Amino acid sequence: MRALVAMSGGVDSSVAAALMMDEGHEVVGATLKQWEGPDGSLPLHGCCTVADAEDARSVAGRLGIRHYVLDYVEAFEERVVAPFAAAYLAGRTPNPCIECNRRVRFRALLDRAAELGCDLLVTGHHARIREDAAGFHLLRAADPRKDQTYVLHMLGQDDLARIRFPVGEMTKDEVRAEAARRGLRTAAKPDSQDLCFIATDHRAFLRDRFAQVDAPGPIVDRDGTEVGRHRGAVGFTVGQRRGLDLALGEPRYVLDVRPADATVVVGRREDLLVDGCRVEAVSWVSGRPPEGGGVEVKVRYRSEPVPARLVPAGHGWEVWFDAPLEAPASGQAAVFSRGDEVLGGGTIEGVLRR
Amino acid sequence: MLYLDHAATTPLRPGALVAMEPWLGDGFGNPSGVHSVSRRAKQAMEDARERAAALLGAAHPLDIVFTGGGTGSDNLGVAGPALADGRRGGVVTTAVEHEAVLETARFLERLGCPLRVVPVDGDGIAGPAEVAAAVGEGTAVVSVMAANNETGARQPLSEIADAVRAAGPAVVHTDAVQAFVSEEVTAASTGADLITLASHKFGGPKGVGLLLAPRAVALEPVLHGGGQELGRRSGTHNVAGIVGMVAAMEAAAADRERFRRDVGEARRRFESALAAAVDGLVVSSRRDRLVQHSHLRFPGVSAESLLIVLDGMGLAASAGSACHSGATSASHVMAAMGVGADEAAGAVRFSFGWTTRPGDGDEAATMVLEALEGLQ
Repeated sequence: MRALVAMSGGVDSSVAAALMMDEGHEVVGATLKQWEGPDGSLPLHGCCTVADAEDARSVAGRLGIRHYVLDYVEAFEERVVAPFAAAYLAGRTPNPCIECNRRVRFRALLDRAAELGCDLLVTGHHARIREDAAGFHLLRAADPRKDQTYVLHMLGQDDLARIRFPVGEMTKDEVRAEAARRGLRTAAKPDSQDLCFIATDHRAFLRDRFAQVDAPGPIVDRDGTEVGRHRGAVGFTVGQRRGLDLALGEPRYVLDVRPADATVVVGRREDLLVDGCRVEAVSWVSGRPPEGGGVEVKVRYRSEPVPARLVPAGHGWEVWFDAPLEAPASGQAAVFSRGDEVLGGGTIEGVLRR
Repeated sequence: MLYLDHAATTPLRPGALVAMEPWLGDGFGNPSGVHSVSRRAKQAMEDARERAAALLGAAHPLDIVFTGGGTGSDNLGVAGPALADGRRGGVVTTAVEHEAVLETARFLERLGCPLRVVPVDGDGIAGPAEVAAAVGEGTAVVSVMAANNETGARQPLSEIADAVRAAGPAVVHTDAVQAFVSEEVTAASTGADLITLASHKFGGPKGVGLLLAPRAVALEPVLHGGGQELGRRSGTHNVAGIVGMVAAMEAAAADRERFRRDVGEARRRFESALAAAVDGLVVSSRRDRLVQHSHLRFPGVSAESLLIVLDGMGLAASAGSACHSGATSASHVMAAMGVGADEAAGAVRFSFGWTTRPGDGDEAATMVLEALEGLQ
């Protein structure tokens, strides 16, 4: 078959391309250009840099496959950057990597693969796909520390039928060893942390775009008493402790961010604990909600799944945690799973208390 | 591989390769020296300079400045007059110039040189009256390309030069990088004071070019150093490159009539086959363009995807202008011509060259039609 491999310039997608060749597929490599400076150049730091594109080209050259850089600058701006900025201004904590995967990387590349006559889209994500009589299942990666299913939960049956994650069965060390064995120059390249330029310095990014980012305002207690001042509400995240600059004797945590009136609400750690969250725009890998309400839910990229119960509510779902949890931030993804299998997920729209 | 990207670069002419060989071997000397090794290299270079001057109708061989390529020549041709004599002279140019001119003009603007960018019409062509109207008392240089690198659109250069001279004392520079291979380019034919050529566009080696620059035109150098080229372009001479370039110039000039015939026939067959089969196909700058460019706008097609499919089939073409990463980015030329972003996204440049045979046009059309079928 003919496979389009999304080559980020990292070691995982490098090895993914090599493994597809081993399987006898005709492989075409593509690197996405998603962001550019005013002079049209690629960024120098973060994700998707010009050095990354060069690494991808080098690996493709070493493997002897065609490689192209595809321009998704406009699509990325429209579908990821602008909504990210708008959500942040609304006091949410959006996850640009998920939107990028949903709306650019997979959506646009699946379309592109079809247009180019490619049967498969291949990426270097650490995740696994299993097919059985019931259809395709999305499973956590063999290397739990590298599992990326949190940012892949939006994939459905039609997508998984055409996607391959060749390194999902390997540990990161195995991937690196494989790259070294093949003489690929990405073998020892550090991990990208999955963060693009927006996430690594979102405050600077937002400040460039919006003057109101720097609107100062009050920091208030739960009862509305002003306990301090801040120099701009946007950029605070629910659960955050550092950077509040308060001298109250005991630590305070951000409970709520309201850019509309430039207010940041803080409280004690126990105030942060909630019993659940509302989740909307939910998609299911199988196309249907799971039988029975018991699932595990992951509400941050870097946190363990916790047991919870799903209750349908309006257009979305209420997710009740078995034990209280530090409040998740609106705009982040809630991803549902059972054991190793990822069932689906959606966007957190608020917290629930009993 | 059917190579239809000659406007990006074209194969080395056999005569150029032969001419270069001695200067990559025993004749390795640096022309700026006193001994026989230097003298030999110097002689070859000055001989090449004389022949280049003759081809371009220069008054004197020393009116030829050898450079590191088209970009170096454009930088010197625009910044040289603008900054001469310690001035911050005004710059007038058009919206469709090559980046080597436009970015130099913007750099000069940051240094304090007033910049006027003249718009073009839907064919990418600037009006002589519009250019002249942009010229003021402080204008030091007017830079208008002979023909556009993307569409091949030819500017009415001698009319523009006449109109500019009537409007003020500005120096006229032209980037004739695309035009030279197929059209006569001389001081007289263009009416320009300064002319940029790039060796590899007409069959010479890469990394070398020239600027026709009469010694009477004051130029502030862009590269500072050992004072080669009468101080106008420092840097040790690329002797082999210079000799190869001039051999290619002569070969190209002698080959122009055949070039126009064969390439014209290939393009005619290519475009008529496509026009008959593709609804809504637009040929850019049809009104007046070089014989070798075929810039086509395919409605509803992603040029990026079309190029990838064509590459897979063995046809090399290009879209927009390539940046360092190799991604195709939105074209300022299309924008200046009033072509919308959606339409520009379906634009592909096929450019024919000296190795093109008339039948290549038929073959290319067949391949493009097959590629388009797969894309729908």
